[in-house]
Amino acid sequence: MAILNEEQTMLRDAAKGWVADKAPVTALRRLRDTGGWKTGYDPAAWKEMAEMGWTGVIVPEAFGGSEFGYRSLGLVLEETGRTLTASPLHATAGAAATALVLGGTDAQKEAWLTKIAAGEITAALAVDEGAHHHPASVAMKAEKTASGYSLTGIKRFIPDAADADLIVVAARVSGTPGDTAGIRLFLVEKGAAGLSATPLHSIDNRAHADLAFAVTPAELLGDPGAGWDVLSATIDRATALLAAEMMGTATQAFEVILDYLKTRTQFGQLIGSFQALQHRAAKLFTELELTRSCVDAALDAIDAGAKDAPALVSLAKAKANETLHLASIEMVQMHGGIGMTDAHDAGLYMKRARVAEALYGSSSYHRDRYARLGGY
Amino acid sequence: MADFGTELDVFRTETREWLEANCPASMRTPLTAEETPWGGAKFKWANPDSKIWLDRMAEKGWTAPMWPREYGGGGLTAAQARVLEQEMARIKARPPLFSFGIWMLGPVLLEYANEEQKKTHLPKIVRGEIRWCQGYSEPGAGSDLAGLQTRCEDKGDHFLINGQKVWTSYADQADWIFCLVRTDTSKKHEGISFVLFDMTTPGVEARPIKLISGESPFCETFFTDVKVPKEQLVGKLNGGWDIAKRLLQFERQNISAGGFGGAAGLEIEEVALAHVGSDNGKIADGDLRARITAHKMDARAFALTVRRVEAEAKSGKGLGPAASILKYAAATLNQHKHELMLEAMGADGLGWDGDGFDRRNVRETRAWLRSKGNSIEGGTSEINLNVVAKRVLGLMDHQ
Repeated sequence: MAILNEEQTMLRDAAKGWVADKAPVTALRRLRDTGGWKTGYDPAAWKEMAEMGWTGVIVPEAFGGSEFGYRSLGLVLEETGRTLTASPLHATAGAAATALVLGGTDAQKEAWLTKIAAGEITAALAVDEGAHHHPASVAMKAEKTASGYSLTGIKRFIPDAADADLIVVAARVSGTPGDTAGIRLFLVEKGAAGLSATPLHSIDNRAHADLAFAVTPAELLGDPGAGWDVLSATIDRATALLAAEMMGTATQAFEVILDYLKTRTQFGQLIGSFQALQHRAAKLFTELELTRSCVDAALDAIDAGAKDAPALVSLAKAKANETLHLASIEMVQMHGGIGMTDAHDAGLYMKRARVAEALYGSSSYHRDRYARLGGY
Repeated sequence: MADFGTELDVFRTETREWLEANCPASMRTPLTAEETPWGGAKFKWANPDSKIWLDRMAEKGWTAPMWPREYGGGGLTAAQARVLEQEMARIKARPPLFSFGIWMLGPVLLEYANEEQKKTHLPKIVRGEIRWCQGYSEPGAGSDLAGLQTRCEDKGDHFLINGQKVWTSYADQADWIFCLVRTDTSKKHEGISFVLFDMTTPGVEARPIKLISGESPFCETFFTDVKVPKEQLVGKLNGGWDIAKRLLQFERQNISAGGFGGAAGLEIEEVALAHVGSDNGKIADGDLRARITAHKMDARAFALTVRRVEAEAKSGKGLGPAASILKYAAATLNQHKHELMLEAMGADGLGWDGDGFDRRNVRETRAWLRSKGNSIEGGTSEINLNVVAKRVLGLMDHQ
């Protein structure tokens, strides 16, 4: 349902309070300025997130989670998105956990989901190999070995993968890039033979990494093996959760803009009294409200198992991309010169915005997908 | 809150059975412009089933489902009204009545009118007996509505009204008018009153205005020494501005909830596939396809927002801030849709009339022209943005 229940309201309020207290934007600055981009998060903060139960929100109760659903995890990520909180929450408790929930055997769930829910490990989902999100183009080869499989190939710009204890990897057992039937999901553990990770110093100072696999031992996810359907559903869920995080980032950017319009004086007037700026603020507000409806609807559709969830996810990500893009540009422009300085947060919001826009699909990717799903 | 699941289920079953038994077959087909049921004393029913459907629905008060029963309404709770909506949608039932009385006047009469006025006017609105028009804009008072000059003088036993209104929707077909008039020239907002009167009163003249679409849905309306009984003042003398603003909220909500789209319009992606061609099922012009898709996604975002606003309102939290953006968003969206539709039709969309053009395409072309009014009527988009900036975002006036 569109309206939050009591548990969800409590979860959101707790997240709001914790983020304001423990993870303000200054925490990201500190991480950046102390070389923290290599690991991407503050271990003490991550431990607290797990203690609050955030790592088990979508994990079934049988494996130590609360099974509150995707809308609920979206509420938490929206709050962390407000202050650009760097953490492996989305990669671990969103993307990788989803692949295990949807595709894992009971033994794999027992082995990994319980640890994710308990906050004992971090995990990542590695799909894309090129500059743009395009899951069907997976080329990485999976070959059968005596004890399982081995993976050979590369993965590009994977969030929170450098230091992850577990990586869920998409690779193909047959076919060529573009052919979805040969794709399977695999589990690779940290330190596996032939696996090397190169941490990337990206504009958002979050922990992204390039991965290289050279005959790296891997375990097939699921039995007889999770393929394209599980991967698509996993990506949909991770995408909707990212859109929720972006909604928080855009909302915070807007609130900072609004505050400035109400305090900055020029020509003896508060600049928020100028109609040119009022109308731009009102238009941005309009886009935020429209986008929020899409993000809520996508997460609700996932929780309800609705058939139109894929279309709603593409709608949510495309709108979140566009709206966060607009908010981040306006955040710089409406602040004038101060918005160009490193001392102001506007630049941090714009840099994170572009990374989030590209992850899990640009607007044009999702528009094309929406049209295909609609039959035109 | 008295609706427990089971009671609501009983209501749903009864409603479903009643609709099945009472909704004529032709009223379950898409509504056409010619058969739009406006009602009123002068109305000519193009399809007799429309009148039967109206009378049956009005008998139950379901043309105004949530109005109190004592004024002819259905007396339904919000949850029951939602069920009625869903059950009507299930059999694709047409709305029984299109009415400014129901959408705009009725809600403010319920709030501001005295008992006698409610008893006099509301039941006739429910039954579609009286068609109302709205006397708001004037030649010198559009966006600055409170600058209106139509004079209303107190002549002891009656009011005397002189002046001119413009953009009066369907004034030539209306039976009565709800009208903003100036009762004090020394003040602006505090000098306005809200009066009701019969359009057949001597001195009232409505002249249709021909629009760029060829249609004449609006009139210039002239008042020359129009005598109006004083009991037809609604609310307090010089207290009309609050009523006017409240009514505008209902008008914008109504525009917002329904959007501007015609019920039986063509689907833009189908038009594009038919006129531009298909490339393995995709619209062959990639650039047009991308823009149509972006529009379709915006339209979905809008529909989801209407649903969210309704859900929030029904949860008892009242209208959230999202409600304020709907009129502006609806206007922008509808105009964009019609521009894309025209582009997709190509030469087939450039017909005004006559042989050589499909009637459905001509209708879309006329609708494109009509849509240009969407960002002007009911408050321009610029005024809407001012309202959002000031009332919702708390931005201040220029000093």
